Amino acid sequence: MLSTSLIILIPLLPLLTFVLIALAGRKYFPSLCGILGTLSLLTSFLLAATVAYDYFFVVGKVGEVYQQIIPFKMTWLQFTPNVAIDMGILLDPISVMMLVVVTLISLMVHFYSLGYMKGEERYATYYSFLGLFTFSMLGLVMSSNIFQIYIFWELVGVSSYLLIGYYFDKPSAVAASKKAFIVTRFADLGFLVGILVLSYYAGTLDFQTLITRLTTPTDQLHSIMAASFLGCSALTWGLVLVFIGGAGKSAMFPLHIWLPDAMEGPTPVSALIHAATMVVAGVFLVARLFPVYSISCPTALDIVMWVGASSSFIAAIIACTQTDIKRVLAYSTMSQIGYMMFALGVSRYGGENGLGYMASMFHLFTHAMFKALLFLGAGAVIHYVHSNEMKDMGGLRKLMPVTHLTFLIACLAIAGIPPFAGFFSKEEILQAAFNSNKAIFGIAILTAAITAFYMFRLYFNIFWNKEYHAHGDSHGGHDAHYGEAPFTMKFPLLFLALLSIVAGFIPFGKFVTSDGKFLLTEFHPTFSIAPVLLASLGIVIAWSFYKKESAAPQKMADGMSGLYRGAYHKFYIDEIYLFITKKVVFNLIGRPAAWIDRNIVDGFMNLLADVTGKISFLIKGLQSGKVQNYAAYFFAGVLGFVLVFIYLWT
Amino acid sequence: MNDIGLLHFLFVSCALFFIGVYGFLTRRNLITMLMSVELILNSVNINFVAFNKYLYVDKLDGLFFTIFIITIAAAEAAVAIAIIINLYRNHKTIDVEEADSMKF
Repeated sequence: MLSTSLIILIPLLPLLTFVLIALAGRKYFPSLCGILGTLSLLTSFLLAATVAYDYFFVVGKVGEVYQQIIPFKMTWLQFTPNVAIDMGILLDPISVMMLVVVTLISLMVHFYSLGYMKGEERYATYYSFLGLFTFSMLGLVMSSNIFQIYIFWELVGVSSYLLIGYYFDKPSAVAASKKAFIVTRFADLGFLVGILVLSYYAGTLDFQTLITRLTTPTDQLHSIMAASFLGCSALTWGLVLVFIGGAGKSAMFPLHIWLPDAMEGPTPVSALIHAATMVVAGVFLVARLFPVYSISCPTALDIVMWVGASSSFIAAIIACTQTDIKRVLAYSTMSQIGYMMFALGVSRYGGENGLGYMASMFHLFTHAMFKALLFLGAGAVIHYVHSNEMKDMGGLRKLMPVTHLTFLIACLAIAGIPPFAGFFSKEEILQAAFNSNKAIFGIAILTAAITAFYMFRLYFNIFWNKEYHAHGDSHGGHDAHYGEAPFTMKFPLLFLALLSIVAGFIPFGKFVTSDGKFLLTEFHPTFSIAPVLLASLGIVIAWSFYKKESAAPQKMADGMSGLYRGAYHKFYIDEIYLFITKKVVFNLIGRPAAWIDRNIVDGFMNLLADVTGKISFLIKGLQSGKVQNYAAYFFAGVLGFVLVFIYLWT
Repeated sequence: MNDIGLLHFLFVSCALFFIGVYGFLTRRNLITMLMSVELILNSVNINFVAFNKYLYVDKLDGLFFTIFIITIAAAEAAVAIAIIINLYRNHKTIDVEEADSMKF
């Protein structure tokens, strides 16, 4: 049923669009590029949906277990008869789910951008970059071996760099794109070393073979467990290094510093890359290697768990104090991805223990819907207000009814209020955490309450609070006739809002589990009372603080001034990085290295040149240009030889 | 003692050679320097002829070499004089001290 050529078309269509727009479209039909990109993505999405249907309902299941299918594989680089790098497509529940998520969100963003980016000077370029990004992301989720995933991983990084720096005449956007690229590259170094360690011991790059060899008692597993470095086995090191790569892309603490700044890109881009797709690549990577993590090396999984939980909590606190609405959303994304990470961390392989894995993937799925919706909604607000700052907003609910309603749905979904999507996935995560680690459960439930608070702080600040006054006198009569966003922007909002309502009812345990078997998830109404009550409490506090303009938030902030200031300045993590790089690394490593380079390496070369120069200055008088001098040297030389021959030659 | 032997020829040739070298190194006039070179060549010729006569009586190689050298010396003189004429055209002099533009 699964047609190979159709599956290959899913990532190839966006690539074709990218090539076509970049080579020809920008010059000859710039205004049609948006429609071209959207149509090709629509085709991709329909194909992905077909593949998903075929996989989940027709061919994927063999004897109650979802199989890994490789519909396409070719040898790409053959180094020696034993070492080769393949290119292939691997279909299993998570990659098929990601296919649907990526194409769907990308389609929505393409469609939304038709309205949002209209009239931009580099409209066509924007669509070509979107195509490149979608291609890379699809390639990443379908990769059949760990080297291929690394290639697409970097491609995703590049396209993210291009899109964040889209407004390249804005210095802050340039700085942000550079920061995102450098920080994730730095983390990718860990990923690369991890790949080398794992594949060296496993003797393969292929995911299936690698996972089999490192989870069953084979020679490879023994050797990788026996090799140790600084007290940990090579397996632990490999997996932790791979996780560092994932943490960089997924903006986990302490590698998250690029994500808030990445909001300098166009808002639809933030919705696509920094909410729904690229930032979950780290989660996807851990999920892809999940059998190795959970069966062979629970230590590494514990690290995943603690990093996830602490990122989730820290980001939630910072989100409460930010005033730029996109930054609030960025920190909320980081917090939710932390949720997914620690859900993987508390999980174990197979059966009932795999609840966390399933919950994590479920949350990834629902989060993609409502977070994309939040970003697109924020984009509509920014489009209307021409500002990112909360203080410029307020009272927009009557002016933008559709945006208001959809944003409210998304906020309820992320806060975990039933029956919206976030409730179900968060419930599974909390349950998984409760079953395995009470400390993590405590952090998680606290984070859930804070999440509800800051999301509704955002909501009330944008749509309630004070009356809206158009800022800037020149735009005085501008907003009235401008009205709410055009249809192209409203449709994705409505569609995603619909999904945010219904996505929670998908019986995810049926489809995506750690071992491919059916996992029956029980719903405990009593268990969900506490989280929902806490979330409601958060909403009520936000309501009392921000529904009307009041002094209460300021008082509260003053009351906890130390904590507030710390959180407002993002706990000074950027400053710490700057301190480490500028003061410590530059002074202790950079400057001595520069001194050695300048004085010893260069100095030696300069010495050689100086000596040569001085000597030639001394003896250049010999080159007098006078024939008779030369003749005299010649005769002296001959005489010398004659004497040598006569007296010294034996 | 009264017989003229190989040694006498070699003395003459040696004297001629060093007179040539001395002339070549000290004279300023290019024509004179050319003449000095001819002296050096002729000292070599004397050597060839003398060695041929006293050491290899039944052979003619030395004589042939001498004839070759005379021929080549004539050709060389022609080339040298051509060079000297060119130098004169450029510098208005054939003083070798003046022709020192080919230096560092």
